[in-house]
Amino acid sequence: MNDHKTIEEIEQEIIEEFSLFDSWDDKYEYIIDLGKKLPLLEDQFKKDENKVRGCQSTVWLAADYKDGRIYYKADSDAMIVKGLISMLIRVLSGQTPVDIVNAKLDFIRAIGMMSHLAQTRSNGLLAMVKQMKNYALAFKVKQQTANE
Amino acid sequence: MIETININKAYDIVAVRKNFPALTREVKGKPLVYFDNAATTQKPQAVIDALVDYYSNYNANIHRGIHTLAEEATAAFEATRDTAQQFINAESREQIIFTSGTTEGINLVAQTWGRQNIKAGDEIIISNMEHHSNIVPWYILAQEKGAVLRVIPINERGELMMDEFEKLLCEKTKLVSIVHVSNALGTINPVKTIIEKAHAVGAVVLVDGAQSSVHLDIDVQDLDCDFFVLSSHKIYGPTGVGVLYGKKNLLESMPPYQGGGEMIKEVYFDNITYADLPYKFEAGTPNIADTVAFKAALDFTKAVGKDNIRQHENALLRYATQQLEQINGLRIIGKAKDKISVISFVVDKVHPQDLGILLDNRGIAVRTGHHCAQPLMDCYRIPGTTRASFAMYNTKEEIDALIAGLHKAIKMLS
Repeated sequence: MNDHKTIEEIEQEIIEEFSLFDSWDDKYEYIIDLGKKLPLLEDQFKKDENKVRGCQSTVWLAADYKDGRIYYKADSDAMIVKGLISMLIRVLSGQTPVDIVNAKLDFIRAIGMMSHLAQTRSNGLLAMVKQMKNYALAFKVKQQTANE
Repeated sequence: MIETININKAYDIVAVRKNFPALTREVKGKPLVYFDNAATTQKPQAVIDALVDYYSNYNANIHRGIHTLAEEATAAFEATRDTAQQFINAESREQIIFTSGTTEGINLVAQTWGRQNIKAGDEIIISNMEHHSNIVPWYILAQEKGAVLRVIPINERGELMMDEFEKLLCEKTKLVSIVHVSNALGTINPVKTIIEKAHAVGAVVLVDGAQSSVHLDIDVQDLDCDFFVLSSHKIYGPTGVGVLYGKKNLLESMPPYQGGGEMIKEVYFDNITYADLPYKFEAGTPNIADTVAFKAALDFTKAVGKDNIRQHENALLRYATQQLEQINGLRIIGKAKDKISVISFVVDKVHPQDLGILLDNRGIAVRTGHHCAQPLMDCYRIPGTTRASFAMYNTKEEIDALIAGLHKAIKMLS
């Protein structure tokens, strides 16, 4: 699944990819494209317990824990949010709980998408980042308990 | 065949726009196109100047001070009351209560008149197109008192079903609280008829004028409404100021809303007498600066002329409607016969939020989402809409920019 690049390495890749765009239109076109390519979340995952509510758009997030790493699946009814989710999954999915909990995710600011995190009322993205970290925290605790 | 729509040449749009400094700014490298006027309007220089003048020259607490600054501040504050009285043609200046806005006006009535008069089993009628601010206060009151909320349904065009309204009216109806103009659809409701029919069963009527006051001529005496509420910031004035109008006998019979300074005559620990209208409902130091500057907004609107503004906005509405209808997969939500310059729409397979982000990227400010009217969105079975709302300073060219932006956004998203 993952060739075990670190979170920072993948973030750096994304930042470099975005540095190739000269316009905001190009950036958004790319993000929308990522959104379209994100595999559809099966209906079984689109249940209320996986719902991360935003005021305007909805995000569904499911997490799986395998061999010490977390794998995320997510979807949204809004395309740009979905594209941003796709990047977050690329960065965080397949990482260890400790790394996910500690991830700073500075790439979001570096590629100029911070406003989508700041608008806490208007979309579920910030709530989703929190939820991704919450899963990681839960698995981390589980891991520690198992080790004791 | 496309009708040719002429924007009134006599209306000096260039001169009007010059009064609004915010309109000259750029967003994302593009000239700002501000189409979120139903949320709040931009402010003319006269309003900004009035704020600066107040704080620079005569800032003082009002009504109690004996010194010159206090006298000047009091005079300016009270002058707004007179202008507001004329603006809605109220019988007397005492019937103009300053609030923080429409929301507070409705809550004030719910918590005073409502708590005094609504009893278990009584019915409160609202409509399916209300803003949350005209739902939640009544819901809270109904919960507290064991009263029942009744809802006037709407038809596919976004108009109230008046025959259904008449069926809801009965001797249990104590209050009808109705929006004059829908913020999400633009529908102008036949409030005069509603008031007449509600009065026939002895009910009191509150009209939510948050959206109507800036577009329509308001005459509370002609309407014969019992309460009318509005917000300054939607009429080119500052935020944080609103007006509650009420019939004198009702306002006099209502208990005070908040206790504090200004709203009392005499205070003893065992006996308090309250001030006369309007001060009974204006506890504490009010929002003096914004209230003073609100007058400048009303004067400015009057100087441009509500008739002229309405003509201009209606032409924009017709042009935008015509242009939007040409876009494949776009559906206008709210096609009432009587509308103000608000257009809500949805596009097949496109989330409003994506449209909002991509339009903002071109400097175009629209509102997306449920517009604080979730029951209305549920009624249309949509999560939300994209809404463009026009004001006195918008232009045909800006609508062209919106249409171009929409074409581009839809292409990107599909």
